[in-house]
Amino acid sequence: MSLTAEIVLARGAFQLDVSFDVPAGGVLAILGPNGSGKSSLLGCLAGLLRPGRARITLGGRDLHGLPAHARAVGMLSQDPLLFPHMSIVDNVAFSPRARGVGRARSREIARHWLEQVDAGEFADRRPGQLSGGQAQRVAVARALAADPELLLLDEPLAALDVDAAPAIRGLLRRVLTEPGNRATVLVTHDPLDALALADQVVVLAGGRIVERGPTREVLTAPRTAFTARIAGLNLVPGTATDGGLRTEDGDLVAGMFASDAEVGKPAVAVFAPSAVSVYPAEDGHPGSPRNTVAAVVGTLEPHGPVIRLRTTGEGWSAGLSADLTPAAVAELHLEPGTVVQLSIKATTVTIHPAIATSHSASSASSRAIGRA
Amino acid sequence: MLWVPAGLALALVVLPVAGLLSRTDLRRVPGLIVSDSALRALRLSLETAALSTLACVLLGVPLAVVLARSAVPGIRVLRAVVLLPLVLPPVVGGLALLYLLGRKGFLGYLLTETAGIQVPFTTTAVVIAQTFVAMPFLVVSLEGALRGGGDAYERVASTLGARPWTVFRRVTLPLLVPALGSGVVLSFARALGEFGATITFAGSLEGVTRTLPLEVYTQAESDVDSAVAVALLLIVVAIVVIAVARPRAVEGLRQ
Repeated sequence: MSLTAEIVLARGAFQLDVSFDVPAGGVLAILGPNGSGKSSLLGCLAGLLRPGRARITLGGRDLHGLPAHARAVGMLSQDPLLFPHMSIVDNVAFSPRARGVGRARSREIARHWLEQVDAGEFADRRPGQLSGGQAQRVAVARALAADPELLLLDEPLAALDVDAAPAIRGLLRRVLTEPGNRATVLVTHDPLDALALADQVVVLAGGRIVERGPTREVLTAPRTAFTARIAGLNLVPGTATDGGLRTEDGDLVAGMFASDAEVGKPAVAVFAPSAVSVYPAEDGHPGSPRNTVAAVVGTLEPHGPVIRLRTTGEGWSAGLSADLTPAAVAELHLEPGTVVQLSIKATTVTIHPAIATSHSASSASSRAIGRA
Repeated sequence: MLWVPAGLALALVVLPVAGLLSRTDLRRVPGLIVSDSALRALRLSLETAALSTLACVLLGVPLAVVLARSAVPGIRVLRAVVLLPLVLPPVVGGLALLYLLGRKGFLGYLLTETAGIQVPFTTTAVVIAQTFVAMPFLVVSLEGALRGGGDAYERVASTLGARPWTVFRRVTLPLLVPALGSGVVLSFARALGEFGATITFAGSLEGVTRTLPLEVYTQAESDVDSAVAVALLLIVVAIVVIAVARPRAVEGLRQ
């Protein structure tokens, strides 16, 4: 079911004013810092908040004005919120039961979905006996058992520890990319979640959309300083390969695989601006790093105590950020147009899985998303 | 540091009871307790307290949910009004009930004229008086739990397709059980000890409205030993209720 939404919500001095579309089967990430209105937006879609003015249609159905239980909109938040007085299987069976399916059949449905998220073994436990990651797995099953036409994910990985998050991210990627009719809206402040799960992204700031488009394009080539700050990282798209990532031009970026990355799958190499060293172009082989590439200085801007350099030019070295001390900028005589060498230690580069954006699909949905 | 005030507090509760015991001729107690009037008072007390607790649950649970979840203007004033019986002297409460439901009260007049029902000085009046004073205990403990717990579970339930009544039955109520347990025990105990509103509104008719506290008061005028014996009976019943029921109700269901 495709989603079309136009929402205006005033809360004191804060005003949310957005419009966007999600095609059937598509995943849209809403990226923004705390207080940008992300969660209010999801509340409006779920029917938990009453927007001042809204037009929300899901597969042709008008949702605005419907109560939450009649919307077929599922929600998964950072807190799994499993009902503490029910067993795991009854938690997942809650939605079928609420829709009038018999007890035995509901439990069958619940067990099916628990198997789908590799949580079948927890069926007879109580929520209190599960770890945070296990509980979130069950919460995914519970949300899917409701067979929602629109699935809302509100920072689903934010409360998980670093060991549990990749597994749940992998699970969500598997579930969300299964062919189907469901539209998904993912709210996050983490660009990695958006890259791994969403094909389209909108960037929200102060209640307004400041940028939108295919996830990798928006995040790897941010057109606003705001998005760049949110992305905050260097992102190089390509395909995961042995020892790193193969860019579209065929260059290799050496790096370490994240636990959920797979060889041959679309991926993105991620590294911090502080991990990029800058050398004069003529300097032969600086140190040991395997990632050495020529680049052209684009802009130099103060960024806290350091100077942030952004590159321009051709190939994967374009649009990268590097942090330098003011002294280094002076010593290297850097100014826009200077040709330099960048080097990045392979151990500081992480290869993360990313959603494939096939060209036809991406252009179709770009058009859809560009409408507003 | 905390032991000194804690000890004083405990002494304040325990010493008067000890004083009561020291005052009693313990050999006479068994005979006095099984006296006809004491047993009838005990039975009436247990029955009326049980009925008024039931009334508290049936009326107080919806009231607590409405108070905790509604956003209508004036709800804060309502919250304060519900606590009125806590601060009102019970005798005043009894007088208020009498002026409402008595023969000259507007509701009482209506009942007498239309249905021939007279409420004051009946067992029903005892239950109404006890419900009046005990209800706030139930409502306060439930409302605290409802507001403390927030409505996140209810919101999830509604996004899972559950209608408001299903949400209430399958999520709100089960999550309230621990608080309901302690609220029930508190209101039962309060109803059991109720005196002022009962004697004003229901009088002291043996077997009809003379509950244990009223029996103590009646006996105290003629035979102090007998009054003390009945008082001990009341204390034992109250302790049994609090010690046995409360931990079970509260801890047994908190998982």
